Amino acid sequence: MADMINNVNMERLKKGEVNLGTSIMAVAFDGGVVLGADSRTTTGSYIANRVTDKLTHIHDRVYCCRSGSAADTQAVADIVHYHAQFYAAQHNARPPVHTIASLFQSLCYENKDRLSAGIIVAGWDEEQGGQVYNIPLGGGIFRQPWSIGAGFALLGSGSTYVYGYCDATYKEGMNEEETVNFVRNTLSLAMARDGSSGGCIRMCVIKKEGVRRIFVPGNELPKFWEGAELIETKRATSGKPEIALPATAGEGMVVQ
Amino acid sequence: MSSIGTGYDLSVSTYSPDGRLFQVEYASKAAENSGPAIGLKCKDGVVLAVEKIVQSKLLVKGANRRIMSLDNHVGMVSSGLVADGRHLAKRGREEAESFRDQYGTPMTLKALIERVAMYEHAYTCYGSVRPFGISTIVVGVDKTGPQLFVVEPSGSYYGYRASAVGKGRQLAKTELEKLELADITVKQGVMEVARIAHLVHDDNKDGNFELEMTWIGPETNGFHEHVPQELLKEAEDAAKRALEEAMEED
Repeated sequence: MADMINNVNMERLKKGEVNLGTSIMAVAFDGGVVLGADSRTTTGSYIANRVTDKLTHIHDRVYCCRSGSAADTQAVADIVHYHAQFYAAQHNARPPVHTIASLFQSLCYENKDRLSAGIIVAGWDEEQGGQVYNIPLGGGIFRQPWSIGAGFALLGSGSTYVYGYCDATYKEGMNEEETVNFVRNTLSLAMARDGSSGGCIRMCVIKKEGVRRIFVPGNELPKFWEGAELIETKRATSGKPEIALPATAGEGMVVQ
Repeated sequence: MSSIGTGYDLSVSTYSPDGRLFQVEYASKAAENSGPAIGLKCKDGVVLAVEKIVQSKLLVKGANRRIMSLDNHVGMVSSGLVADGRHLAKRGREEAESFRDQYGTPMTLKALIERVAMYEHAYTCYGSVRPFGISTIVVGVDKTGPQLFVVEPSGSYYGYRASAVGKGRQLAKTELEKLELADITVKQGVMEVARIAHLVHDDNKDGNFELEMTWIGPETNGFHEHVPQELLKEAEDAAKRALEEAMEED
């Protein structure tokens, strides 16, 4: 059951169902929140869309990251979008992030037998600033400083590939730029290891002033240690790498 | 039938020639048929009180509550037809509960009062029903702070810093206007409301009364609760003393 927490079990999907085998993530910082996602949509091993936008607008200052069945999560997001607009019209104020997360939660809980949807709701409001709510498969709701609901390969989960990196890297009180880098690096690592994640990175920065979107093309993803290629180079040139080390490379680059 | 007066008060859904709804106005009269209820919005919470005339010596003291809760953080009291008040409270509770269910967070007073007032208003639109014979004070503390509203039988509502409804409300309002409401705490509010309730009451005319009082504030952790017996007694004793002193001065 542990796998069910953040990841959608492939067996729940119908054969051929379009699937967001996903690396998604949201992190709150002082004054806002950063959401990020890869862009791969698959039907089985076929990449149905390599430039998907999994960050979905719900209201002025609230977005969600969708994982699981594309059809299910789109339908749920559409319904919550309607409720959010209704709330704004009726109360003459933007719905708080927690309110929108609760709407997702009740839909996911009450239809848990019929849905495969793992959703992260994130946004900014006047009362509580930047917030992240994780709504995993069974329809629970958990507020977190950061959340990764990473993709799911056939066995195990994609998020497990980078939980260690997140725990080691995340620190409280990061500013906007640090948070964006943290999200970008985490997703790049997850996409490199998880077969059902990949493509490019899409991010959203939500603050009081508005929403800013960031796009990182597939050939500009931050690079880390990439293994075989460097080892081969090292052997061929007796220890001197021929290709330049990426500026973002970690210490893991040096192979003893 | 003359152009004004007769025949136009038989149905709420009929206007008089000068644009009045007589049944709604009669309902407002019904709302004056019970002792005053007082609501006070202080800097850190709210106080609600009602004077209950002791109709019979056989009534159990402390039973027969008139102040009701609509949610943990919302209190309500009506003057007028008691059963109408209870019916409105039931509706208010349903609204507050369904909001909690839907949005996972307590309802703001502004949103709640809008729904309650809409419900009352519906009873002024159809010939088959009668309007509510009550004036209602709804108080609460929500994420925007302390709130107080008064709803009339017509379905109109207003936000106040303090208000009184029912018999003797004018005198009570005059006294409320003298208070520095932005500065006083709920604890001071309890003392003031007790004083005003005793001041407004005329023992010779109305007979004995029992004072019921609730509050929401730091002392109740944001919950709508009855004022503790000891504090209520302290407030009433102080009120009686203040009245006696004022009498001696006269």
